[in-house]
Amino acid sequence: MWPLLGIVVVVAGFALRVNPLLVIAVAAGVTGTAAGLSPVRIIEAFGHAFAANRFVSVVFLVLPVIGLLERYGLQERARALIGRLEGATAGRLLLGYFLSRQAAAAFGIPFGGHAQVVRPLLAPMTEAAAETQTGAALPDKQRFWLRAQAAAAENIGLFFGEDIFVAIGSILLIKGFLETYGIAAEPFALSVWAIPTAVLAALIHGTRLLLIDRRLRREAERP
Amino acid sequence: MITLEHVYILAGAMVLLFAVLSAADRRHLGNALFWGLLSLSFLFGSHLSDFWNGVIVIALIAAGGFGLMHKGAAKTTTPEARAQSAAARGNWLFVPALVVPLAALIGTLALKNSGLMDPKQVTLISLAGGVLIALAGCYLWLRPPPLSPIQEGRRLMDTIGWAAVLPQMLASLGAVFALSGMGDAVGHIATQYLPLGTPVAAVCAYCAGMALFTLVMGNAFAAFPVMTAAIGLPLIVHRFGGDPVIMSAIGMLAGFCGTLMTPMAANFNLVPAALLELPDRNGVIKAQIPTALLLLAANTALMAALVYRF
Repeated sequence: MWPLLGIVVVVAGFALRVNPLLVIAVAAGVTGTAAGLSPVRIIEAFGHAFAANRFVSVVFLVLPVIGLLERYGLQERARALIGRLEGATAGRLLLGYFLSRQAAAAFGIPFGGHAQVVRPLLAPMTEAAAETQTGAALPDKQRFWLRAQAAAAENIGLFFGEDIFVAIGSILLIKGFLETYGIAAEPFALSVWAIPTAVLAALIHGTRLLLIDRRLRREAERP
Repeated sequence: MITLEHVYILAGAMVLLFAVLSAADRRHLGNALFWGLLSLSFLFGSHLSDFWNGVIVIALIAAGGFGLMHKGAAKTTTPEARAQSAAARGNWLFVPALVVPLAALIGTLALKNSGLMDPKQVTLISLAGGVLIALAGCYLWLRPPPLSPIQEGRRLMDTIGWAAVLPQMLASLGAVFALSGMGDAVGHIATQYLPLGTPVAAVCAYCAGMALFTLVMGNAFAAFPVMTAAIGLPLIVHRFGGDPVIMSAIGMLAGFCGTLMTPMAANFNLVPAALLELPDRNGVIKAQIPTALLLLAANTALMAALVYRF
């Protein structure tokens, strides 16, 4: 049971807002030691996994392109474009992105991403649409709230779309795991049973996104 | 054949240039140290022993964890200049930005079995290719100062700061947790203390367990084998006769609800918050919690309704 102390460290560390890097180091040390691993073994396991997971950080390669285009006014252009679009609201824009992200992911189409689309395009467009709606500059609190909503639309669209695609990692993981227990699972059957949740996700999060417009209107009317 | 290793060398070179420019920028020596260490990991990670990779990680934690890094002040254009440039260049500005995801898309669909690149990594390799194409186009069209893509990239990278390595760090912590038998411990607690006497209770415990364990590990992939071996297969499938395929498919999605609510899933929740310059690093999580909880309830209800029927 002592390895569970690592979880306590993580929860306490995040709650107390200690720098997460230090929390991770302490949690790994505590859990590994409690399980009887030597310090060298813990360092080796950690180093091995860190190198093996470098692919997660490859996405930062897009930053020079995005940064360079920002230097030449990409975000300003994104704002101007949405400002001229008739009937574009923050909620509808996010809904449109969310549904297309989900649909694309369901077909295994990799299109989107926080660094590639959300920061340079979706977030500034959402802010500009909200400014057109309310007819005034956004207070910081609202601006940050809308940016967070843009990131959330990206995540939720991706998570509850990708599992419909048969060749995605999670489906293959399930198939492999069930096989070790002697259960044959067709990837196609697994992906079909992801559809009901995908539909509910579209309904639930879609509704929440449309409520954004109502909240913006209400907050604009308040003196 | 192009493999992920080539992409790592490209990424390592980019981060190394970030480090060099940070060092040239005197006040950012902490950043120079941090990006320098990260570039070592990218460039040599495949050749170093596990121990030396671990030593790099410890150095990264020390450089990032004790406040040595500062927000960069890389020179960029003024808002006025940007507005002017945006008006002059029009919608063409979107083209290079769209080249990157389009290259990833086209590469994934068209080059998978071309023999040009490792078929398992085709999306990441195509993404890197798209970056090079977009940069070449930008140099020809915009004629920027030669170092400006690196300076502007560094500006964004410094915005993210040490949070940039959190996804890799948390995945590594997950590896240490797994090695320490965390899965067995959690499975033991779950079967010991959760009410599992009826078919519906077992479904509730399994879905909640998936979400909770994902909250802790930051990854539903880590939670799935543990919860399915501890509760899913012995109870839902074997004792109560549920369908393993439906259970697994929906159970994984219940885990994804946990991913939406945890800072441990740093690449989805913390890195975007930094990238969008939110003052609250949990801002994205807060925007996701209502959807996550509603969907977790929906997944539990779906599983209860479907798993014993087919």
